[in-house]
Amino acid sequence: MTGTTEKLRVRDLRKTYGQVVALTDAQFDLAEGEFLTLLGPSGSGKTTMLMIIAGLIQPDKGEVWIDGKLATFAPSYKRDIGMVFQNYALFPHMTVHENIAFPLRMRRMAESKIRDEVQRVLDIVRLPHVADRLPRALSGGQQQRIALARCMVYRPSIILMDEPLGALDKKLRDQMQLEIKQLHTELGITILYVTHDQEEAMIMSDRICLMNDARIEQLGTPADLYFKPRTVFAADFLGESNLLDGVVQSAGHGRATVKSAGDAVIKAPAADVFAVGQAVKFMVRPERLRLLDPVESADNVIEGTLDQIIMVGGVTKYYVRLPTGPVVSATRLTRGPVTGLERGTRVRLGWPADSTVLLPT
Amino acid sequence: MTAAGRRFGAWRAAWPLLPVLIFLGFFFLYPVGQLLWLSVEIKGTGALTAMHYQRLFASTLYVKVLQITLETSAWCTFFSIVGGYPVAYLLATTSERRRNNLMLWILLPFWTSFLVRTFAWIVLLGRNGAINGWLQALGLTDEPLSLIYNFTGVMIGMTHALMPLAILTMVSVMEQIDANLPKAASTLGARGGQAFWRIYFPLSLPGVAAGGLLVFITAIGFFITPALLGGRLQTMIAQVIITQVQDLMNWAFAGAVSVLLLVTALVVFYLYDRALGMSTLAGETPSTQGGGGRNPIARLSAWIGGHLLGAIGRLCDIVSEAYERLVPRPASRPTREWSRGVLAFLVFLIIFFLAAPTFFIVPVSFTTDAFIEWPPKFFSLRWYDTVFVSPLWREAIVRSLLVGVLSASLAMVVGAPAAFVLVRQRIMGKTALLALVLSPLIIPRIIIAVALFYFYARFGALINVRFIGTSLGLVLGHAVLAIPYVVVTVMAVLKNYDERLDQAAGSLGANPVRTLWHVTIPLIRSGLIAAFLFAFITSFDELTIALFVSGGLATTLPKQMWDDALLKVNPTLAAVSTILLVFITGMILAAEYLRRRALGRSSAA
Ligand SMILES: Nc1ncnc2c1ncn2[C@@H]1O[C@H](COP(=O)(O)OP(=O)(O)OP(=O)(O)O)[C@@H](O)[C@H]1O
Ligand SMILES: [Mg+2]
Repeated sequence: MTGTTEKLRVRDLRKTYGQVVALTDAQFDLAEGEFLTLLGPSGSGKTTMLMIIAGLIQPDKGEVWIDGKLATFAPSYKRDIGMVFQNYALFPHMTVHENIAFPLRMRRMAESKIRDEVQRVLDIVRLPHVADRLPRALSGGQQQRIALARCMVYRPSIILMDEPLGALDKKLRDQMQLEIKQLHTELGITILYVTHDQEEAMIMSDRICLMNDARIEQLGTPADLYFKPRTVFAADFLGESNLLDGVVQSAGHGRATVKSAGDAVIKAPAADVFAVGQAVKFMVRPERLRLLDPVESADNVIEGTLDQIIMVGGVTKYYVRLPTGPVVSATRLTRGPVTGLERGTRVRLGWPADSTVLLPT
Repeated sequence: MTAAGRRFGAWRAAWPLLPVLIFLGFFFLYPVGQLLWLSVEIKGTGALTAMHYQRLFASTLYVKVLQITLETSAWCTFFSIVGGYPVAYLLATTSERRRNNLMLWILLPFWTSFLVRTFAWIVLLGRNGAINGWLQALGLTDEPLSLIYNFTGVMIGMTHALMPLAILTMVSVMEQIDANLPKAASTLGARGGQAFWRIYFPLSLPGVAAGGLLVFITAIGFFITPALLGGRLQTMIAQVIITQVQDLMNWAFAGAVSVLLLVTALVVFYLYDRALGMSTLAGETPSTQGGGGRNPIARLSAWIGGHLLGAIGRLCDIVSEAYERLVPRPASRPTREWSRGVLAFLVFLIIFFLAAPTFFIVPVSFTTDAFIEWPPKFFSLRWYDTVFVSPLWREAIVRSLLVGVLSASLAMVVGAPAAFVLVRQRIMGKTALLALVLSPLIIPRIIIAVALFYFYARFGALINVRFIGTSLGLVLGHAVLAIPYVVVTVMAVLKNYDERLDQAAGSLGANPVRTLWHVTIPLIRSGLIAAFLFAFITSFDELTIALFVSGGLATTLPKQMWDDALLKVNPTLAAVSTILLVFITGMILAAEYLRRRALGRSSAA
């Protein structure tokens, strides 16, 4: 589905406010039809990046190319982008029709054609009968859809969305996530999306651009970020993770062993950047950890005492305290009530070597 | 009694409103009502008559005065809005820091006495004034131009006096406009002109209307500026009321003229409310806009309005497109929004117009001459000597300070509890209550003054207490005017106050009184002091009520200045004005500092 035409190219962007660095070294490409999400904690520079691309903020440094044309300092009305604001920014004194017609009028389209186009997008967002209403007479979800319709109607190169679902309640948000995703797939629009909700990012995106502290931390598919995080921050931010300290014991040929707490030796695939004796962290997802039977073995094994068992509906979480102090969690699909395991029981946890991710500290 | 009792029962939680209701009922509503009654009653009989109104409309004189009043007010409103809009726009769209700094330059003239500012224009515009001096020095004119004692003078003076009010009102509405809307318009393809005229301007119209209304209402009750800067042909209706009361003692006729003034004000209000709704006065955007489901006339005018604004927007964009063709904007280099520069320059000029003239009063106060002339002949302190040696001036200063402190205290005691209720309790008729509390601001002051004068005379005789010619009468009257400022200021601080602090204190075991005393009041103390200072300035600067109530005996400073100015505007007045200017500026800076600290402290906690 992802085309090869490049819609957006961002190079080396930097923006500061006095002493505060809001964004630096930002660099990525966006292909036609792609859904890319900027994900990151509050203050990590997501909005700043979006605003620079929209032309609402001028960067200190760097370049923005839209559709192969340099647009770094072009005014936003010349950029051929669409933007959905967090609070939708629908014009309160205009009806839904007038709101959606606005960008077409700015492009001086004939009124008869405008009417057709407005109806077309209203049908797409499945609100064909609200054209005469004022925005405030619509529910939050409906306003959201109108904002999207206003953006789509002039077929911009890229649609930017800054936490468009932030103001909706959980249920409506889940529904809108699917709707936006569906529109994206059906219409093949190119979307740059902002959220700080990792689940939302995983559900919707083709690729995720993880941001932290004004920088891009890692950029890749959701699976990449989940299974192959490159930093402790990335490992920690997406999904649940167990992060433990260790020291590299041997390294080479794409694998490494790490000596960890309690003298356990952990095997892991590793790039050649790790040196013997280096202090590292390693990460393993809770769902990859298994409670081993006494005779069972696995690539990697650590021992500890059971601290807590919590049944969360479909999965059960086991918290195991290691002799050195940290607690790791293992999840298993719930298969009836847990028997025979109590707090304080000594247990062994095992997992395959290739589920281990070595991370520089 | 039973009605009052029932009401009291329904508003048990709202008892702190009682003092303000009783006070305003007694010293504001009743007197004003009485004055209106006077105008239709055959003296002392209780029977109705239209006699005074027949007289009012019988001669063309009063109709002519009314016409002049309306015309002058309309023009003054027009200039205040047109000049004030760019300033309000800049203030509402600039960064918080810059807004706070620029705002001071609006607040200073806003709070500086109309008298002082009018004197300044005499210094500037008079025959021997600064502007004529410069024009002749530059050889542009041979003989002095007539800049005052005519329409020009009145218009300059009144616009200067009322534009700050227009600006402050418009800013409060514009601040509510979502800053993302113009940005959204821009991403949707609108250039600056279209984004402004189609989006921002229509949304700011309620502010324009509210500002225009307040300016117009204030203007029709004006008398200082037309009396000092106008000629016979600029006589306004408030001046007629003063003459009728002070020189002719014709109460009933003064009442009839007041009614005319009040009815004019109310009609304007009514039209305004029908068109936009009262809530815009409090800085809220109205809920009655937009195209859907309205009557055909409204639709038509909206349609025409929309196209007109669109056309203006187009025009602006054609200009900017042409400009861009001359000076292209490459996408590879950062560019400056030139329209923003033009705006900043314009705003600078307007703020200069508002702030600068007042300072011309200062050098004149050090002249050695016996009359006001530009340039002043330096240097002498004799006019300051005159002020401090003369028992008349000294007494006036002391009385003004005393009355100011007492009436501000009274306004605080009565007004602050009401503010608590109005912010925190959900009670029926809140809007009506707020309207009542704010109405002393809205009803032309001259009417309140005349009404109080009459009420004092009657009521005082009844209970054998002297209100006229005493500080007591002044304190009560000034408190009526100061209460709205107290309520508004305290309400603003309370709205910002994080009520969870009180809940926290409550959960820690403090009872409501202790919470109020140990938590709330310390946190909003700065806000309370600011409210007190605003109330004090209101009284300290007040002329209209003092004009009647002081009765020539208990003279306040503004009253003394006015009497002096009617004889001749002389350097003593410049000296007094300078003292006032320094004093008021200090107070404003203190009040603003405290208010900002209060806003910061109660919300950031
Ligand atoms: N106008 C401004 N003036 C000063 N600092 C700013 C301004 N705008 C943003 N910043 C700072 O720049 C940094 C990045 O802000 P940005 O709004 O891009 O974050 P964000 O990732 O969008 O956060 P959020 O999830 O909270 O929206 C923050 O530290 C912020 O305080
Ligand atoms: Mg943001």
